[in-house]
Amino acid sequence: MAITETATIDSHLIPVLEEVSDPEIPVLTVLDLGVIRKAVEENGVIKVRLTPTYSGCPAMDVISDDLKAAFKKLGKEVEVELVLSPAWSTDWISEEGLQKMEAYGIARPLSETADKDVLLGNAKKVTCTNCGSTNTHLVSQFGSTACKALFKCDNCQEPFDYFKCLK
Amino acid sequence: MKQNKNLYNYIIGIADNSLILAQRLGELCGHGPTLETDIAGTNISLDLIGQARNYYQYAAKVQNEGKTEDDLAFLRLENQYRNVLLVEQPNEHFGYVMGRQYLFDVFHLMFLSEMLQSKDETLAAIAKKGIKEVSYHKRFSGDWIKRLGDGTEESNHNIQEAIDELWAYTDELFDQTEADKAMIAEGIGVDTSKLKEKYYEEVSILLKEATIEVPERKYFIKGGKKGVHSEHMGYILTEMQYMQRTYPNMEW
Ligand SMILES: [Zn+2]
Repeated sequence: MAITETATIDSHLIPVLEEVSDPEIPVLTVLDLGVIRKAVEENGVIKVRLTPTYSGCPAMDVISDDLKAAFKKLGKEVEVELVLSPAWSTDWISEEGLQKMEAYGIARPLSETADKDVLLGNAKKVTCTNCGSTNTHLVSQFGSTACKALFKCDNCQEPFDYFKCLK
Repeated sequence: MKQNKNLYNYIIGIADNSLILAQRLGELCGHGPTLETDIAGTNISLDLIGQARNYYQYAAKVQNEGKTEDDLAFLRLENQYRNVLLVEQPNEHFGYVMGRQYLFDVFHLMFLSEMLQSKDETLAAIAKKGIKEVSYHKRFSGDWIKRLGDGTEESNHNIQEAIDELWAYTDELFDQTEADKAMIAEGIGVDTSKLKEKYYEEVSILLKEATIEVPERKYFIKGGKKGVHSEHMGYILTEMQYMQRTYPNMEW
């Protein structure tokens, strides 16, 4: 599973990483989200590099604790380091992750230009996760968490979250 | 050693702007005029706290006295905070909240865009991360400035009042302390004097679009960057530091 060209992950650690999910979007594993930049075993110590989605994302502390707990179950020593650079981008969410997200009720991020258009309320491009219509409108640029905006569908009337593009 | 002291002070100045503005926005949690603006305000606050944490962690490392980010955020005295006076101004009404936000966001985005070029890798990385967030902040506050200015007679009056008053604090954004000057000379700090003209130009364009009169002011109020704060600061710190002072070394 290629997360991005720059993430280095030992294949034998993948099953463990797949058990750790984002506490705010529990259907996504940390691998789906693309926040693991490195996970390698060196001399019996597992070294993980984690990057935050947003600077103030409160999920990061939880993810870091969950990673430690998951590897400790295997009796391994683990070091988690938080890195800021290169900055996380929504491009790092895997296609599988995007599909899980949509099934969960969060619309996937659009391209940078389209994202700007919809967040300024200038275009109807976000697809409703309930009925598939693009007859939707922005309710709030900020949603239940920093990474999401709130939309409403004018076809089925359901409100839903949209994952904002971050590049 | 001298360079470290300057770097520490430089980082603290940037961090305090984010922290104190975040604290002001945090006061509104649960009190926003609508659910959406309430959530937006706290989201912006959270972004700023996240950025401040990155700066304080770095400052603690540079200082190398065994202090943590919490010590720096919560256990300094009033005159040790180096934030600009603008960010500590109170939430008088929604016009002040958005006015303060917009006047800071425009500066903040320009500042971070320049800090990308910093020779200091950590500062450049924090900037890279923050820029994306702050562009959302500016989009949100700028939108509200237009909506309030071009809204009803009452909303126009209120936002005009806020802009008139807050304008007095904008000049300090471009003031340079000794630490700032030293860091600019090292290629680490942002030369804010180069941003000033662009800043007033951008803000004026939006204000005019929002049918808000651009204030004409001859004198400006400043002091925060030197640790001389307005009367509001003590109250902010009392509330913000309460938990750490009452239960020393507490952690979440
Ligand atoms: Zn729908």
